[in-house]
Amino acid sequence: MLTALGDPTRRAIFELVARRPSAVAEIARDVPVSRPAVSQHLKVLKEAHLVRDRPEGARRIYSIDPRGLAAARNYFEQFWEIALGSFREAAERAHRSDQEEP
Amino acid sequence: MSVAQTTSPTSVSVDTYVDTPIEHAFRVFTEGIQTWWNPAHHLLDAPLEAMIFEPRVGGHIIDRYADGRECRWARVLAYEPPHRVVFSWDIALNWQLEPDPDKTSEVEVTFTADGPDRTRVVLTHRHLDRHGEGWESMRDAVALGWNLARYTSVASPARP
Repeated sequence: MLTALGDPTRRAIFELVARRPSAVAEIARDVPVSRPAVSQHLKVLKEAHLVRDRPEGARRIYSIDPRGLAAARNYFEQFWEIALGSFREAAERAHRSDQEEP
Repeated sequence: MSVAQTTSPTSVSVDTYVDTPIEHAFRVFTEGIQTWWNPAHHLLDAPLEAMIFEPRVGGHIIDRYADGRECRWARVLAYEPPHRVVFSWDIALNWQLEPDPDKTSEVEVTFTADGPDRTRVVLTHRHLDRHGEGWESMRDAVALGWNLARYTSVASPARP
């Protein structure tokens, strides 16, 4: 599962799905592998919580699973909010001491 | 103060206003990185001697350790003082150096003057999906409550 995006075809499929939720047949038109192969790749991506599917009539529509990316986004959002806060403090402190010096 | 924004499922964007002229804000962010970067966020478990931001495209952000080792964890992709800087994030989600550029994300920082003594700084960390292989460990870390706010005090001056 850790290598879910290590495969170039799987990566291409993930990026397609990230751009637009799609059914297997639509994805298969855009990647150079068979429909069963696409289904197999989607299964791996789904098990890794990278994509999820929902039924729509007789088809299943695949889209990005927010759980995997959400963790990374949440982490970096906190990381950069705190880092930028420290940056702001440092920049303003240095600016003040510049102004105090003759 | 910082405002988090949602721009895309694979990026995060955070912005802030700094009460300094734009040139100064740009200089502190780049050359002065070690005055604000959290000293806990370095890749090697060794005393850090310096952080160096090489001010040119093709340069690196380098952690230099007291024992002589260096860690180049970012490539400078755009350097346009005082308006914009872009660097790669060559760090996997488990805070190990990521040697494969295809698996690295990218940080863009823009500086916009809002008057002579005020600057808007917008930081966007994008292509987070390229770190895909580390998501599981990231989920675990988040689930364990590894909250950066807990051990970082914004007010404390960063030390080299």
